[in-house]
Amino acid sequence: MTSHQTTQSSHPLSKDDFKPDGPVKWCAGCGDYAILAAVQTVLVELGGRKEDLVFVSGIGCSSRFPYYINTYGFHGLHGRGAAIATGIKIANPSLQVWHITGDGDSMAIGGNHFIHTVRRNIDMNIVIFNNRIYGLTKGQYSPTSPKGLITKSSPDGVIESPFTPGELVMGAQGTFFARAVDTDPKMLRDVLKAAALHNGTSVVEVLQNCVIFNHLTHAAITNKETKDDNQLYLEAGKPMLFGKNMEKGIIRRNNKLKVGVIGEDGVTMDDILVHDPTDPEDMTHYNLVRMGLPEFPVAMGVIRSCDCIESYDQLYEQQLAAARQKSNIKCMDDMLNSGNILDL
Amino acid sequence: MDNKNHRIIELEHVVVKLAGDSGDGMQLSGTQFSDTTAIDGNDLATFPDYPSEIRAPQGTIAGVSGFQLHFGYHKVETPGDLADVLIALNPAALKVNLKWVKSGATIIVDEDSFQEKDIAKAGFVENPLDDGTLDGYRLIKAPITSLSRTTCMELGLDAKSADRTKNQFALGMLYYMFSKDLEVGAKFLDEKFARKELVATANKAVLEAGYHFAENLQEFAVTYRIKPRKDLKGRYRSINGNTAVAWGLMAAAEKAGLDLFLGSYPITPATEILQELAHMKHLGVKTLQAEDEIAGINSAIGAAFAGKLAATSTSGPGLALKSEAIGLAVITELPLVIVNVQRGGPSTGLPTKPEQADLMQSIFGRHGESPVVVMAASTPANCFHYAFMAAKIALEHMVPVILLTDGYLANGSELWKVVKMADLPKIEPRLVKDNDPDYMPYRRDPETLARSWAFPGQEGLRHRIGGLEKEDVSGNVSQDPLNHQKMVTLRQEKVYRVANYIPELKVYGESSGDLLVVGWGGTYGHLISAVRDLQSDGHKISLAQFNYIYPLPKNTKDVLKGFKKIIVCELNNGQFIYWLRTCFPEFQYLTYHKVQGLPFLINELKENFNEILKEF
Repeated sequence: MTSHQTTQSSHPLSKDDFKPDGPVKWCAGCGDYAILAAVQTVLVELGGRKEDLVFVSGIGCSSRFPYYINTYGFHGLHGRGAAIATGIKIANPSLQVWHITGDGDSMAIGGNHFIHTVRRNIDMNIVIFNNRIYGLTKGQYSPTSPKGLITKSSPDGVIESPFTPGELVMGAQGTFFARAVDTDPKMLRDVLKAAALHNGTSVVEVLQNCVIFNHLTHAAITNKETKDDNQLYLEAGKPMLFGKNMEKGIIRRNNKLKVGVIGEDGVTMDDILVHDPTDPEDMTHYNLVRMGLPEFPVAMGVIRSCDCIESYDQLYEQQLAAARQKSNIKCMDDMLNSGNILDL
Repeated sequence: MDNKNHRIIELEHVVVKLAGDSGDGMQLSGTQFSDTTAIDGNDLATFPDYPSEIRAPQGTIAGVSGFQLHFGYHKVETPGDLADVLIALNPAALKVNLKWVKSGATIIVDEDSFQEKDIAKAGFVENPLDDGTLDGYRLIKAPITSLSRTTCMELGLDAKSADRTKNQFALGMLYYMFSKDLEVGAKFLDEKFARKELVATANKAVLEAGYHFAENLQEFAVTYRIKPRKDLKGRYRSINGNTAVAWGLMAAAEKAGLDLFLGSYPITPATEILQELAHMKHLGVKTLQAEDEIAGINSAIGAAFAGKLAATSTSGPGLALKSEAIGLAVITELPLVIVNVQRGGPSTGLPTKPEQADLMQSIFGRHGESPVVVMAASTPANCFHYAFMAAKIALEHMVPVILLTDGYLANGSELWKVVKMADLPKIEPRLVKDNDPDYMPYRRDPETLARSWAFPGQEGLRHRIGGLEKEDVSGNVSQDPLNHQKMVTLRQEKVYRVANYIPELKVYGESSGDLLVVGWGGTYGHLISAVRDLQSDGHKISLAQFNYIYPLPKNTKDVLKGFKKIIVCELNNGQFIYWLRTCFPEFQYLTYHKVQGLPFLINELKENFNEILKEF
């Protein structure tokens, strides 16, 4: 956890550029390691000045992330990372801002900041490590814990309905939402890269395993034996197919999504929906994020990516430039001597 | 001036109060008249007194909105205790304000509004215009509503809009009564209603109608004039406390070579700071109207990390919500200005009324050992200076600073001599050059103990900070017991050392005597007025008004020991006295405090001080 390192950035980036001096202190086997590795790889691929990278977090296991990557970093308050990141990005729009958060940090205590950040469409990348549990406080249920989950604070089972982060993103008029699993490094990298390249708030939900307090919570989705049937990997322009032999797909019947098997019940390839993440009005995005086991596979990949509106920071800079150009007041002395003045 | 017996009498100063329903435009016409007196070169102080409801039921006590203006030939320190002239646009306005006018005062009422129903609504049993209630006052009854309507109808304005102009009729009478230039009032209306030509025209016509109505009244055979203040030289403007705070922060940003960022959330009576700065994009000011108070300050902390002069503005309940984040600013040792425009509390309390009851919250109201600099402005105009100084201290000492003002300073206006940027003190933020090999996030200046400030985008200075305890110098995360003790001590000592950089406490009057009046923040005008009056009566009384509260000025003890008695006056239940007793337990303190959502009255202060002075 070394806080400061002076290395200059004249050479092409490598993963070593982002390696921290100190040890990474997540539990052995924690899904966070895979996310860290994927982020480092993506940063190398994206290039650019490493001094322009800022990682901001709240509180929780995931939020230790800034200490484990050698960029500028800010480890904030529980739930407040999005607000801190917002201030950083507005202050200096040339920075590439990443906000690392968890399901408790972003969906509970930081829920308000989360939805408003998404609504404003500030150009930042939010990565939610969703392990459906409070890890750092040692095992209480979170807003994404499934009903019935027995934890230290729900000894008789959770009786609340869980949040699906993607639903909140849609409700807040978000322009980018993607989902990945911590067990698939390539999927993680692809999704994180797409998020980084998106102009506006991008939200990536990573289904991440907590080995200590909620082990195997996503196992049905990530297991080798079941993942083909339980994951639908979405790609723009491609049919929504899944299954070991890609024999199943998502169809629409009576205006609802359904799983169809090609060749059964009259389902043909023509019935399989084709993924279009770019249409901001496409309600299929909403239907896709809500799909869950056992009726449906869980949608993975970039579910929504709309370049429909400019980012908040772009619009703000435009207003600043216009105001500067329009006004004759160029400095404080001008300001102080403008308007209703009185010479005695 | 057709009136052949017309005479003009010179007055030194006058207190005028305009009162009506909260939709009657009292704040607008009050501002219009104060601007006019300012342009005449009168000194002035204003006090808007408005309810927290936007439009309470018409004609009720709850809906009365008032605007008090004190203008004069000499230095004017307060809006005045009692009014010489009251304009009451309805019975409720009369009912509420009668106790705030001098005996013999002129009371102008809209007689059209004194119908049976209105009188009952205001809680009068009989018509106060007839039953002797106003004996001993000079009552002027004017058909304000009907004459305003007649004037507007001729211009084709509907009745509802016409009724909104009646404040201008009353104001026109005031313009005549005090020999003010109608043109100035008309210009104000042109600017105010620049996009509504008919409304501007109608308001101007009604203003003029009121003026001519007064001209023909026998009661106004004598009118008044207040000469310009002759000791004022140079360029002035009328400014209120919230605007002055906004401008002070902007001036500090420019002086420091930085851009200003304000993260804020609307809250009475601080909202105008956000609004004012939102209009300053042409000077590079960035504002974020956040989703809540918490995001307001956290975005400001982010902006401070990214190298801006960062500020947040709020009032009491909002400061409570920000206290978690202030702790973060303390441990990350980032420069941050937190402006708290105090109002009556606790909770929603008296949202539009002034109080000084957030002092304890500002000094102590956080988790952990969490010292910040606390300071207070003391007049509407010096909000500029103290906002500037708050930013200077934050930037040079790498510390959060809480600047306290209050609803009275925020909304009150006074004449302010325009400063030149070149005359303001330098501000030298603790910047670091790219690739500085000696940079360590928590290496400190040996004199101030301030750490250096490197920000994202700078080459070769990458670092991470946050809410976890830091190792001294390196800034690495550390849970080491002795290191924590050391860091707590360093952060505390850093705040104490700010005392080496602030001015000494000033004493108004002799530096020794019988009674020292101690005040802080926005009570200055009332306290200095009372103290000066008693000084001219020959009493050995002086005033010490604190602007720097944490840390206190270094000479505080020397000032306190020069007097036989000390009385601490404040608009709370006794908070600063608690602080003084903590810091200087060797002295005995008397107290005079008031918690009514109102400023002090000069007279009540004098009576109280006189009681004490009797013993000498």
